[in-house]
Amino acid sequence: MDHLTSETFDANARAALNDAQLRGALKNATSLFGKRRLAAAHSVSNWEDLRSEARRIKDETLLHLDKYLEQFTVNAEEAGAQIHWARDAAEANAIVKEIAQHKQARLVVKSKSMTTEEIHLNSALEAVGVEALETDLGEYIIQLAGETPSHIIAPAIHKTRFQIADLFVEKLGIEPTDDVVMLTATARRVLRQKFAAADIGISGVNFGVAEAGTILILENEGNIRLTTSLPKVHIAVMGIEKVIPRFADLEVFLKLLPRSGTGQHLTSYQSLITGTKRAADGEGPDELHIILLDNGRSKMLAHPTTRQSLACIRCGACLNACPVYQQIGGHAYGSVYPGPIGAVITPQLIGLKKASQLPYASSLCGACREVCPVKIDIPELLLHLRAEITEGSEVRDERSEPVKRKTGERLAFKMWAAVMTRPRLYEFSARVGHLLQGFIKRGNRIGKVGGLIGRLAPPLAAWTGTRDLRPIEAKSFRQQWRSAERS
Amino acid sequence: MMDRDHQSAIGKRQSPIKVGLFVTCLVDQLWSSIGTSTVEVLRRAGCEVEFDERQTCCGQPAFNTGYRREARQVAERFIELCEGSDAEFIVSPSGSCTAMVHHYESLFPDDGAWRARAHAVAGRTFELSSFLVRELQLTDVGARFTGKVTWHDACHGLRELGVRNEPRTLIQHVRDTEFVELENSDACCGFGGTFSVKYPEISAAILEQKIEAIERAGVDAVVSGDASCLMQIGGRLSRIGSKARVMHLAELLASQ
Repeated sequence: MDHLTSETFDANARAALNDAQLRGALKNATSLFGKRRLAAAHSVSNWEDLRSEARRIKDETLLHLDKYLEQFTVNAEEAGAQIHWARDAAEANAIVKEIAQHKQARLVVKSKSMTTEEIHLNSALEAVGVEALETDLGEYIIQLAGETPSHIIAPAIHKTRFQIADLFVEKLGIEPTDDVVMLTATARRVLRQKFAAADIGISGVNFGVAEAGTILILENEGNIRLTTSLPKVHIAVMGIEKVIPRFADLEVFLKLLPRSGTGQHLTSYQSLITGTKRAADGEGPDELHIILLDNGRSKMLAHPTTRQSLACIRCGACLNACPVYQQIGGHAYGSVYPGPIGAVITPQLIGLKKASQLPYASSLCGACREVCPVKIDIPELLLHLRAEITEGSEVRDERSEPVKRKTGERLAFKMWAAVMTRPRLYEFSARVGHLLQGFIKRGNRIGKVGGLIGRLAPPLAAWTGTRDLRPIEAKSFRQQWRSAERS
Repeated sequence: MMDRDHQSAIGKRQSPIKVGLFVTCLVDQLWSSIGTSTVEVLRRAGCEVEFDERQTCCGQPAFNTGYRREARQVAERFIELCEGSDAEFIVSPSGSCTAMVHHYESLFPDDGAWRARAHAVAGRTFELSSFLVRELQLTDVGARFTGKVTWHDACHGLRELGVRNEPRTLIQHVRDTEFVELENSDACCGFGGTFSVKYPEISAAILEQKIEAIERAGVDAVVSGDASCLMQIGGRLSRIGSKARVMHLAELLASQ
């Protein structure tokens, strides 16, 4: 199935806006998540302190990321885990394939991991004949549908239960029903069989504790427990920014992440996995492989402005709060990471050239910054990326291919600056505009502008498609001030 | 939110407070009544208002689109103008323009001298409602407006300058006005500067939520502190022939 790309964001968004079912699903889900998040934030008296503390820990960690990753490695290995370092998606997938080959694996069960979606792990495994089955209900649903996730924590948020019911009927041959309990029980039945048969379980990681070599994974369904304990081999794919220094640091993130993500005070399960089983005959996997993934993260780390992108704890709160995401959903972004944080990290992961539209697809309202548990200043990052797109990237590497130069816009702003730094020219230009608008003004409004003028001035056509425009007034404020001063 | 380097001691003054008006390009050319209303309200509040005709724009359009060099050129002019004025306060009827002035420092990453000058100017620059309530400790400006109104929290004013209670307090003191809170009053109107014309369909879809809430509120006027939001909202209300109109806070406060 052809998935949407970031390059066609404009068209993707327009298609999404015409999808009434999608917009209905988005409205319900994002407003519910938003209400729950707010209630959960109010359930603690020190929410703002928690946010500041979490950001402080992240800043400290990012400033010494190498040290903490090394500490994590030493401690995890001591506890029996095998640590692998992957520069990019290709290396990470190669490591997984090698382990799978070594184990002669036919079936892999996966828990929801955006990092594994980022590297397209499933298709890499399928290419070498290994079946990779998603066990998180939302991921299972989109896997059946051949789609990509549209939300960081609720991958199937774009689907109504009727669409899911139709999907199950089609793919699993069940009797038609739209009873949620029945649908969930169906998925559970199918997945349970696979857990026991799987050779390898693959998960992501929410946090990696450096001082203990422990990984923490959060969930509500129990599929992560099964994925990481039934198969004999467990592979955990971990973005390098997931490491935090101390065990005690987990407390503040455990208070923030569930509340920000779903409004829960705590998820149903928190799995703390430290290496492999202590007794050889104990339960659990024989092998734990942790793959530390870079894939563009160290480039984000390099610049003091973009570094805060790595503070993200993948809660999805910014998506739910974003007026743009609320209208178009996640697929339009053409990236595993949609919404505000996606608009920031996708260009940094796949390059400014491919994702040049994303930083502009925002009204800079700041709702995202307000709800971010780690206080990432997303609008600041969007503005930074916009400046990089127009004026060239400071951090030059193979990803910073020059973006197609928007010559018309560039010229327009050069002229704008020339006018705005010359008050008399500014005033003159406005009076000329006042004269010219006679062609398009009707009464005291400017209505729909189409035809030749619309083609010559696309912003005018774009605005007046759905909105009237106030005309330039006959007497400007400054003209009135001058008259008043004279008399 | 901005730190201020000085505390106001306005209550103890004898002479009128000198205020430099930063009217903004949008108001200057498209909505002069916001400018004249602002002057009226400031004078009623006991201020002596100056207007330096050499002012043009705060630079937001360039800055927000990524053209920092051009934004910087405009910012430098603005800073120089303010430095040449002996007005203690520079007041603007725009949250977004005020916020832009407060962002000027980020335009000079490699120039400590300009950064300090930008910081000083930002410290003197205020959005109207914030100036009236926080600096002058004024909540009643002697206004009267018969009608049912609601308030739209413009994003920059709200989230960058912390303007939330001030306009509401001022509106509560307008005689004969019935005030109702708008559902999701702090939801973006969808303008976002060039966003409104780069992604007009998304802008319109976001705007629709605001329009529906306004229609449900059954008000005579939607009031806000930013002409850009008012253009966006007003443009659609006008297109659909709504009975509701848009009004700037200054216009409401100047009403008698």
